[in-house]
Amino acid sequence: MKRLALTGGRVLDPESGIDGVYDLFVIGGRIAALKPLSHEPPLGDGWEVIDCRGRLIVPGLVDLHTHLREPGEEYKETIKTGSLAAAAGGVTTVFSMANTKPVNDNAAVTRYIRKKAEEEGCVNVFPVGAVTLGLMGEGLTEMGELRDAGCIAVSDDGRPIVDGSLMRRALEYSKVFGLTVISHAEDPSIAGNGVMNEGVISTRLGLKGIPNAAEEAMVGRDIALAELTGGKLHIAHVSVRGSVFLIRAAKKRGVNLTAEAAPHHLTLTDEMVLGFDTDAKMNPPLRGREDVDALREGLKDGTIDCIATDHAPHSSIEKDVEFDYASFGAVGLETSLPVMLGLVDEGFLTLDSLIRLMAVNPAKLMGLDRGTLNIGSPADVAIVDLERKWVVDPAKFKSKGRNTPFKGRELRGKVIKTIVNGNVVYDGEI
Amino acid sequence: MRLNRKDLLGIEELSKEEIELILSTAASFKEVSEREIKKVPTLRGKTIINLFYEASTRTRTSFEIAAKRMSADAVNISVAASSAKKGETLKDTAKNLEAMNPDCIVVRHSSAGAPHMLARYLKSSVINAGDGAHEHPSQALLDMFTVKERLGRLEGLRIVIAGDIAHSRVARSNMHGFKKMGAEVTLCGPPTMMPKGIESICGVKSDMKDAIKDADVIMMLRIQLERQKEALFPSVREYSRVYGLDNEKLNGSKKDVIILHPGPVNRGVEISPEVADGPWSLILEQVKNGVAVRMALFYLLLGGVKE
Repeated sequence: MKRLALTGGRVLDPESGIDGVYDLFVIGGRIAALKPLSHEPPLGDGWEVIDCRGRLIVPGLVDLHTHLREPGEEYKETIKTGSLAAAAGGVTTVFSMANTKPVNDNAAVTRYIRKKAEEEGCVNVFPVGAVTLGLMGEGLTEMGELRDAGCIAVSDDGRPIVDGSLMRRALEYSKVFGLTVISHAEDPSIAGNGVMNEGVISTRLGLKGIPNAAEEAMVGRDIALAELTGGKLHIAHVSVRGSVFLIRAAKKRGVNLTAEAAPHHLTLTDEMVLGFDTDAKMNPPLRGREDVDALREGLKDGTIDCIATDHAPHSSIEKDVEFDYASFGAVGLETSLPVMLGLVDEGFLTLDSLIRLMAVNPAKLMGLDRGTLNIGSPADVAIVDLERKWVVDPAKFKSKGRNTPFKGRELRGKVIKTIVNGNVVYDGEI
Repeated sequence: MRLNRKDLLGIEELSKEEIELILSTAASFKEVSEREIKKVPTLRGKTIINLFYEASTRTRTSFEIAAKRMSADAVNISVAASSAKKGETLKDTAKNLEAMNPDCIVVRHSSAGAPHMLARYLKSSVINAGDGAHEHPSQALLDMFTVKERLGRLEGLRIVIAGDIAHSRVARSNMHGFKKMGAEVTLCGPPTMMPKGIESICGVKSDMKDAIKDADVIMMLRIQLERQKEALFPSVREYSRVYGLDNEKLNGSKKDVIILHPGPVNRGVEISPEVADGPWSLILEQVKNGVAVRMALFYLLLGGVKE
C-alpha cells in the first residue's frame, strides 16, 4: 500500500480544529495519522516523504461550479485539461456542469463523464445532471437514474428555469433522490440581451446592461418555491446585493437553501469592462462596488455558504470578437485560492474561514466525506506557499481556457503540490 | 500640427486642447470645399478605407469626400452585420485589409467597442465612425464646430439633447464634448430612454418644455421607430406629442435658439417639418461642416504636411 508522509508543514483543518505544525501520514489513499513534529529517525523504506516545512497544508478545495466542456466542446477544455487546471489550483473535487454537448440529461452521458474522469482525470469529478431535458426548460430529466449513475446535484446552469411551475416540480421531485437543485437565477425577460452590468459603466460604454433586478427577481422566486416545496435549493454565482439580502432573510426564517459566490464577483467590479475586454464578460456580470461589499459581508455572516469558481473556459473563437458577440465566462480554477487569499491578506477573512468556504462547506453541502483532513477521510490535500508571489500568465495555464480577468495581476500564495486520494497529481516545483 | 494619438475612438478620452485643435484645423479646411477646384494635395499617396458594418449615407459619403478633397485614395467597404457575424471575423477582415497597407481605417459597427478592438490589432490609424450606442466622435466634433461657428463660443452655453439617449452614440459623444468645452448639457427624454446612472454625468429632465426654455442649442435625436416594440414609448403619436419639437414647444424657448439634428430626420416624429426647415435649423450646415471636420481629422492623424 502506498505510503506518503508530509512532514513539518503547518496543517490547517478547520473541521477538526487543527492548526499547527504536524507530520501528516497517508496510507492507501486515506489520511492515516497526524503527529506532532517528531525528531525520530527517518521513516523506513516504502515511504514517499514530502518536506513541507514553511508550507501550509489544507484539505483539497471543493468546487461546486465547473464547466469541463467535455463531451462536445473539447477544443475549449477536456476532462483531462480541466482536472489538471483544478489540481494546479489546489482543487481536488469539481462538480462539472451539465451544459455539455450532448447535455448531461441522461445516465449514459453521466457514465461517460465518470469513465473519462477515471481514465484521464486527476481530480474527483462529480457530474451535475440537468434539471430539464436538453436544458430546454420543458420536461424533467430522469433524476432517479441520474442519481444512480452518480449525480448528486442537478442544474440547468447557463440557463435559468423560466417556467416557475417546472422549477417547483423539480424542487419537489428531486427530494425523492436527495438531489440538490442548483439554480442559475436570472430572469431573462429582465436581463434582455444585456452583455454587462447595468450601471454608469454600461452607460458610458454604450453596452446593454443586465440590471441587478434580473437576478433578484429569480432569487426571490426560487426562495418562495423552496419554501413551498421544502426542496434542496442552492443558488449559483450570487452577484448582487439584493440577492444577499433575500438569501439572508430566507435563511433566518429557516428556508432550506444554500448559496455560492465566485472569486471574480468578490473582488472585481464592472470597471474591468472599460476598454471592452471580453475576458471581463461573464454571466452574471461583474457588478458594482456595493454588490462586492455585500457579497463579502455575506461570506462573513454565513449567508453565502461557499466559494465556487464558475470556471468557464472559452477559446479565442468565442472571445477574440466584438464584445456583444463574445461568449460569457471566465476561467477560475487556477486563480481562485490566491485571489481569495487576498481577502485574508486584507484582514477581511481568516485563513480558517476561507478554507471552510472553499473546502469544508461545499463538501458538506453535497454530503461528501471530503474537505477535511480527519483520520480516515480520503487524502485530498493542497500544499500551499502562502508567501510566494506570482503574476497570472494565462499562457502558462493547464486549462485550455485563457480567458481570465486576472491576467497580468500579481497574486500572493501559490499551490505547490496537490494530492488526490493519496496521489500527487500536481507538482508545481517540477 | 498633429494629434498625438494613433486613433480617434471617442470624445471621452480627448482633452479640451485636442478638441480645440481639431475645430480650428477644420475651420482652415472649410474653405477648400468652396473653391472651384475642391482639392488639396495634402494626403496624396495615403490610402483610407471606409469599413462600414452598418448602413450609412451621410457619414460614409462625408468621410469619402473628405478623403478625396485631401487627395487621399478612399476605398469603401460595406458589410451587412448579419453576414459578418457568420463569415469572417472582424479581426481577420481587419488583418487582411491591413496587409494592403492602408494608412487609416474608418469603421462603423453596430457593436460598441469594435473600433477599439481594431485599434488594438492594427498599426494603421482607426477612426470610429460610430460604434453601437457608444460614441460617434466625428459627429460630435462637427456639431461643436457648427455651434461654435454660429455662436462664437462653446463655453457657458446651455445645450439640450433630446430623445432616445440610451441608444444614442451621438448623445454620448456630444455630452462629453460640450461638457469638456465648458458648456452645460441637459438631457431630455422619457425615463425609458435614459441609461442608468446618466444623472451622475449630466443634468436630466423629462419635461420637454421645461428642458428647452433656457437652451441656446437644442439637439434632437432620431427616434428608431422599432423601439416601440421594446415599449420604450407607447406610440409614435404619443412620442411626437410629448417629445417632438414643433413650433408650439419652441414658443417657450429663447428667440435665437439653434436647432441641430444628426440625421436622418423622421419628419413629424421627433421634429416637425416647420422646425426642421425653419430659420433656427442648422441641420444642413452640420452636414457641410462634417466634411471640413473629417478633413481635419485625416490631416491631424495621418500627419500630412500642410501646403
